[in-house]
Amino acid sequence: MNLRTPLANARGLGSAKQGTEHFWHQRLTAIILVPLTLWFTVNLFLLSAMEYNTVITWLNSPINAVLLLIYIISAYYHAMLGVRVVIEDYIHSEWQKIACLILVNVLVLLAELVAILSVLKICLGL
Amino acid sequence: MAEFTLPKNSKVKKGKTFSAADGAKNKKTFKIYRWEPDSGENPRIDSYEINLDNCGPMVLDALIYIKNDIDPTLTFRRSCREGICGSCAMNINGTNTLACTKYISDSNRDIPVYPLPHMEVKKDLVPNLTHFYAQYASIKPWIQTQTAPPPDKERLQSKEDREKLDGLYECILCACCSTSCPSYWWNSDRYLGPAILLQAYRWIADSRDEYTGERLDDLEDPFRLYRCHTIMNCTNTCPKGLNPAKSIAEIKKLLVNRTL
Repeated sequence: MNLRTPLANARGLGSAKQGTEHFWHQRLTAIILVPLTLWFTVNLFLLSAMEYNTVITWLNSPINAVLLLIYIISAYYHAMLGVRVVIEDYIHSEWQKIACLILVNVLVLLAELVAILSVLKICLGL
Repeated sequence: MAEFTLPKNSKVKKGKTFSAADGAKNKKTFKIYRWEPDSGENPRIDSYEINLDNCGPMVLDALIYIKNDIDPTLTFRRSCREGICGSCAMNINGTNTLACTKYISDSNRDIPVYPLPHMEVKKDLVPNLTHFYAQYASIKPWIQTQTAPPPDKERLQSKEDREKLDGLYECILCACCSTSCPSYWWNSDRYLGPAILLQAYRWIADSRDEYTGERLDDLEDPFRLYRCHTIMNCTNTCPKGLNPAKSIAEIKKLLVNRTL
């Protein structure tokens, strides 16, 4: 039985005093992703018709490599922020929510690291 | 996790049908959600065919006509009958609005009337708004200052600053917007919802208030404020033509501004 006052329920644990960074970063990464996604899609289309060595040469250019790294980091970060909101919206069991958030963060981080290392490996010639 | 079957009381059955008297020419049918908490039965939809020649032009007129002349057990809230008290907020024809300012003639089909969505129903068209009002109280909807009021006059406000409250002070807290918001449906235990956030902004925007920072502190929360995903149902449904989504966006802008 809940004998707390309605105001006590509404106030709950108080304000977390965070969330603005999440909101701001989601918008910033969205803005970054608009031109970079276009750039990446066009290049992916062009590169798909080329020889292996041409693609390696393309990725060896510092500009292409840096843009690709920014694209990878922004895209994964943006995805992590977005999935977090979906989980918070729809999963109401506390332990399931926390487990999902940890799982998503770990998976995103793993995929992101693999992608970054792959780019570095090619453009640094490792 | 997700529930794929409806809970017992969400299965709505077909109810009674009341026909208008023979000879009525100008007829309209209202399909009204009915639920009696003491009966132990599921909710039902009762159909009331009424003679519009005996009834005023608004949906509230029809509800009062039904209660007075057809079925006195129909339960709903109403008071001012002119869109200023917010009591008769309900879901009419699929949209949350005030029964007293909604014309019957806006629809040429049967008119479904349900309580405000996703709220606990007390009876028929009466939702439980206790938590909604508690959330309103939680944002401290009154002026807060450190400076003592001038002893001989009121606190002054320029005309320009007063204009910033236009579009905010008109909110009557009918809860149409909050109960139309999917984010409020799923997370109303923690998300304040558009109505309360508009009211919170009304005090943030008030030039006479000295607690803007503390008010922003209290709102800065992933659930209290940032559950708003600009779905815009609130602005679409507001029977007073206000824009709660814009108020929420202004709060978010202020929160970003103070970090930059």
